[in-house]
Amino acid sequence: MSATIDTHDHEDHEVHHHKQTFITKYIFSLDHKMIAKQYLITGTFMGIIGILMSIMFRMQIAWPSEPNVLFEALLGKWAPDGVMSADVYLALVTIHGTIMVFFVLTAGLSGTFSNLLIPLQIGARDMASGFLNMVSYWLFFISCVIMVSSLFVEAGPAAAGWTIYPPLSALPMASGGSGLGMTLWLVSMAIFIASSLIGALNYIVTVINMRTKGMSMTRLPLTIWAFFVTAVIGVVSFPVLLSAALLLIMDRSFGTSFFLSDIFIQGEVLHYQGGSPVLFEHLFWFLGHPEVYIVILPAMGLVSEIMASNSRKPIFGYRAMIASILAIAFLSTIVWGHHMFVSGMNPFLGSVFTFTTLLIAIPSAVKAFNWITTIWKGNLQMNPAMLFSIGFVSTFITGGLTGIILGDSALDINVHDTYFVIAHFHLVMGISALYGMFAGIYHWYPKMFGRMMNKNLGYIHFWITAVCAYGVFFPMHFIGMAGLPRRYYSNSSFPLFDDLTNTNVVITMFAIIGGIAQIIYLYNFFVSIFYGKKAEQNPWRSTTLEWTTPVEHIHGNWAGPIPHVYRWPYDYSKPGHDVDFVPQNIPLMEGEEELQH
Amino acid sequence: MTALFTIIIVLFVAVAIWQMVKIFDIAQVGTTQTQVADDKDNKINGYLMIAFLIFVYVITILCFWFIGDLPLLSNAASEHGSKVDNLMIISLVVIFIVQTITQFLLHYFAFKYKGEKGKKAFFYADNNTLEFIWTIIPVIVLAGLIIYGLFTWNDIMNIDEDEDPMVIELYAQQFNWKARYSGADNVLGKANVRLIDIDRANILGVDEEDPNAQDDIIVSELHLPVGKPVVFKMRSQDVLHSAYMPHFRAQMNCVPGMVTQFGFTPSVTTADMRERPEMIDKVKNINELRSERAAEIEESGQELIYEFDYLLLCNKICGTSHYNMQMKIIVETQEEFDAWLKEQTTFPNSLN
Repeated sequence: MSATIDTHDHEDHEVHHHKQTFITKYIFSLDHKMIAKQYLITGTFMGIIGILMSIMFRMQIAWPSEPNVLFEALLGKWAPDGVMSADVYLALVTIHGTIMVFFVLTAGLSGTFSNLLIPLQIGARDMASGFLNMVSYWLFFISCVIMVSSLFVEAGPAAAGWTIYPPLSALPMASGGSGLGMTLWLVSMAIFIASSLIGALNYIVTVINMRTKGMSMTRLPLTIWAFFVTAVIGVVSFPVLLSAALLLIMDRSFGTSFFLSDIFIQGEVLHYQGGSPVLFEHLFWFLGHPEVYIVILPAMGLVSEIMASNSRKPIFGYRAMIASILAIAFLSTIVWGHHMFVSGMNPFLGSVFTFTTLLIAIPSAVKAFNWITTIWKGNLQMNPAMLFSIGFVSTFITGGLTGIILGDSALDINVHDTYFVIAHFHLVMGISALYGMFAGIYHWYPKMFGRMMNKNLGYIHFWITAVCAYGVFFPMHFIGMAGLPRRYYSNSSFPLFDDLTNTNVVITMFAIIGGIAQIIYLYNFFVSIFYGKKAEQNPWRSTTLEWTTPVEHIHGNWAGPIPHVYRWPYDYSKPGHDVDFVPQNIPLMEGEEELQH
Repeated sequence: MTALFTIIIVLFVAVAIWQMVKIFDIAQVGTTQTQVADDKDNKINGYLMIAFLIFVYVITILCFWFIGDLPLLSNAASEHGSKVDNLMIISLVVIFIVQTITQFLLHYFAFKYKGEKGKKAFFYADNNTLEFIWTIIPVIVLAGLIIYGLFTWNDIMNIDEDEDPMVIELYAQQFNWKARYSGADNVLGKANVRLIDIDRANILGVDEEDPNAQDDIIVSELHLPVGKPVVFKMRSQDVLHSAYMPHFRAQMNCVPGMVTQFGFTPSVTTADMRERPEMIDKVKNINELRSERAAEIEESGQELIYEFDYLLLCNKICGTSHYNMQMKIIVETQEEFDAWLKEQTTFPNSLN
């Protein structure tokens, strides 16, 4: 196999001299590979909490106000006799949303794979600043601790929805969770934002400055393009959420009126005057919408890479893929108003946002078709990572298509804030991004832990998850179109919706089974760290640079000099070569032309 | 009981999975599996891809079959509602076609091109014509949808003052709704939360001095005359609420500190809607389901027999009882409406 590089050719070990203690190696590590693992494992724990919460509130929806052993066990004093109260229900949906969007799919996904892959795939010894990278992780960790600790506050955690619209989130008398719980939420998010900003700046600097010789921007794997653009979106939009959080803290604690005006609550008029909750909605969604692309773009990058590698084919339309990432990134910053069609903002703005929103369907369609063409006439290696990638495209299409309805202001009027929305965004950014994350974990597990995950468990995990994901979210479109609002603790006050009860039970059943299927994954993940089969250097026979590093992690990534790059990352099954992949560090053969990609 | 049942099922499934895990573990002892997919894996998963495609189609058909008689696609009760429904149906058809085709291609290719040892993939990196085709097709389809959508949107949101719509205030508070009719002058009296005087029963903070307020009427059940344009001016006294009237294809947030508005013309009276065949079926179905859990419903104090009514729901998370914030809407003939309105107390008379 001439195509793999033997890293033991150059035994100079110039970067190999740090004496490391347990603390510097595993806890306050400066090494990007270790930090990636820290992100992943922290994200996994947050994910377990988030998914458990969703199963609990799904049970409440299916069997409203019935005593439940699980509630009694997990919620303790919040569910006296095992009956969940309305406040706890709202707290659960709020924290579920927050944890899944920010802590799992932003930090867990972007944090893990940007850290792991950026230096390895561009040919750098580490991130531009290892120290800032460590600070970024520890800020994330602190924000996790604060968020989780808010679950133990006397009056309960934040319960105003993950969008924390004021005045509900600003006034403790409006909702129990808007006291200390909300303060902790805001502090946690402020720290989280600082963490992601530091991380994002580091990613941007590293990608721009530290690419190895020959690694031009148009030779970057699509993963790196996705992480790079994601970081840019994060830098542009996260500070706006920080400002919104700070202004909300001012309103809550220092009597300002940025978001509040003319409020009469519990028998008294409050002093606030002149603010507007709509302003908060603008600030929130100026981050909030790009945020969904911060979640989905890295998953798209991972999936593109995995699909090409496992199809043994170049990704179709490499330049179109980059162009569509850039188009999506640009458009993502000018569509936030589609969350606010019925917020009371000027209807003319609604027209503008309908236009920009529906434009996003174009680059998204290009990406979907390019993925499908990538597997066309391929030689598909059905590794678990590949299954999750195909699953990603499937849910991305299903979920994305209903965006045409929600993005259309005239139609949004009637399905806004119903289960239709839940179905849409869970499929298109929740499940899809989760699939992207799983695909990435299965694929780069050998790189992270030097061992392989069990493929059969991976198959079982995928197929149960895939069936349950559709089982949960597909019917939700229909109960949404029947007019059922989201965030209702119980639908029993509305006989109108009684004919949806059975559907809700079915959905909850799928959710429970899907949740349990994740135990298979957790088992596979944690057991394989210690007992998995030892990985080869390049188990998937991929072309990118990370597979030229030794299996054992060494500081500085390559024992010898950093390899140079001579070709794009998708030379799979290229005619004229004996093997079906040519790594990027193999010089062009005589007379071989680099594809004009 | 159901909850206990669930827990037991959950436990069984967990045990089943645990057993599967064990079997896989045992099966792997002593083998030289690389954990990289081989031809057998490719084949099995290739076939499963087809099975999954069928599953996706089946769940689509089942959803349409069992929960697809969407009341929100057929029984709009407002004049603009049928336009919204048309657009919705067109969008759904487009989505359905694209979904069916793309899911087929994706899963069929995954099956057809499942890997075999020694086979080489087709090196196919780019094709500008194809890229152009699938850029331009969405552009054309979306252009159509955008144009149709924007016309509909403008139509709904631009309230035609020439039609002299009846002005009604919708007032939201944790956790109920009030409506204020503007009376004969069709102008609402000024109001602000700072004027709320609970002792005098001025719960909406209406300005008692304002001449326009003298004929205002505050009620807690919304009556609308059929065929008469209405414009709702919405206020909230505490947190965000959203006035959601699904049958009228109407929704607008109520925002403390500002007045928002939404206008429509109700087109079907409550009595007529109750007599529509699909509504009779729906109500019958609901009542059958309700009779199965009669004891529970009666215990909660609800009427056992459901009768259809239009509703105004709160659709923006607003606190503990968000799930039970509603107001009945009754659409009736102009004569019935006038008679009802005459019986209501005007604002000055409602004060203590």
